[in-house]
Amino acid sequence: MTRKQRRLVMIAAAGGILVIAAALVLSALRDSIVFFNSPSDVAEKHIAPGTRIRLGGLVAPGSLVRGDNLEVKFSVTDGKTAMAVAYRGILPDLFREGQGVIAEGALDGAGQFKADSVLAKHDEKYMPKEVAEALKKQGHWKEESGKAAPVVSRPTNSAPPAAPKS
Amino acid sequence: MALIDLANPTRFLTLATRVLPWLVGLTLALFAVGLYLTFFVAPDDYQQGAVVKIMFIHVPNAWLSMFVWGVMCVAALGTLVWRHPLADVAAKAAAPIGAAFTFLALATGSLWGRPMWGTYWVWDARLTSVLVLFLMYLGIIALWRTVEDPSRAARAAAILTLVGAINIPIIKFSVDWWNTLHQPASVFRAGGSAIDKSILVPLLVMAVAFTLLFLTLHVAAMRNEILRRRIRTLRLLQARMTNAGARA
Repeated sequence: MTRKQRRLVMIAAAGGILVIAAALVLSALRDSIVFFNSPSDVAEKHIAPGTRIRLGGLVAPGSLVRGDNLEVKFSVTDGKTAMAVAYRGILPDLFREGQGVIAEGALDGAGQFKADSVLAKHDEKYMPKEVAEALKKQGHWKEESGKAAPVVSRPTNSAPPAAPKS
Repeated sequence: MALIDLANPTRFLTLATRVLPWLVGLTLALFAVGLYLTFFVAPDDYQQGAVVKIMFIHVPNAWLSMFVWGVMCVAALGTLVWRHPLADVAAKAAAPIGAAFTFLALATGSLWGRPMWGTYWVWDARLTSVLVLFLMYLGIIALWRTVEDPSRAARAAAILTLVGAINIPIIKFSVDWWNTLHQPASVFRAGGSAIDKSILVPLLVMAVAFTLLFLTLHVAAMRNEILRRRIRTLRLLQARMTNAGARA
């Protein structure tokens, strides 16, 4: 083995160890790296009222109610569980029913999520308006609310469906 | 010309001087075409409207920020394994350019996030890992400047570069491994691109333009670095001779 080969092997070995170390660290930190919890996660983890969390999912179609003074109520769903959210303030442009959103706030005693900020998620698709309309006409449009959404495409655990809300 | 001939800095200088005007011209031409396509041909997005134009700047910068680290990794192997004299120069010249691309990706992403997401910044996995990449670029630049002897600095920076390479797959797959505010990959993903052709083609032209910009800046910066090293060597020689003369 030449010196050059020895150096290459050493670098490869060090790289391998580094990858294993990084993978261990990242999998240990998994819970704190995820940016938001889905409604099912929240129900499953029994998060105490008052604990600040981010709740992510789709705005359930037909659930949006606008009140006075910029007050809005809607429910966030991941296809399995839905959670009622109350918010007061200006919503992002992309906010609409069926859109992915992330609300930050805490649960109140009554099981309602009081949000103090709402962010909109957009998906990875880009197309001109005409194409979107043509797709809808031909029935190829995958309504976001139909499938379990890009937002929650990768649940953090594969536990059985969450227990019904108490 | 074989690749090995490029190891000779003088040969590289000749080649660089000959190639640079062409690279500059080609870069300008592609930017002209790319910007025209971006602003006059590409349609507005069905959801985002005209704000989607930021993508044509943001995405190429983000790709380049990772690509430049890849270039630095190849150079780092050249430094550590083959002790290639030009590899040190390539690595050193690439770092500030990579840092600039990363900064632009972060800044344009932030400006894009405000109207679409409703925030300039969140600490999700994608945004945070790119910020870490930016800090690592700054660290590499600082390391090059801290160690005075160029060949020792090259080895230290090469090791740091290879260690930092672990962040590149983390950035790429952060949107798949964890849930994030940032959307998943649109172009390089299983099942093909999720961008309509009328938007994808201008994006790819812009990506090629930015890659050529990197090549142009990199070759120019490498040439400057070689000349700077020659001046340093000449100064050291001169100082040694003056010292010897004073002692005699």
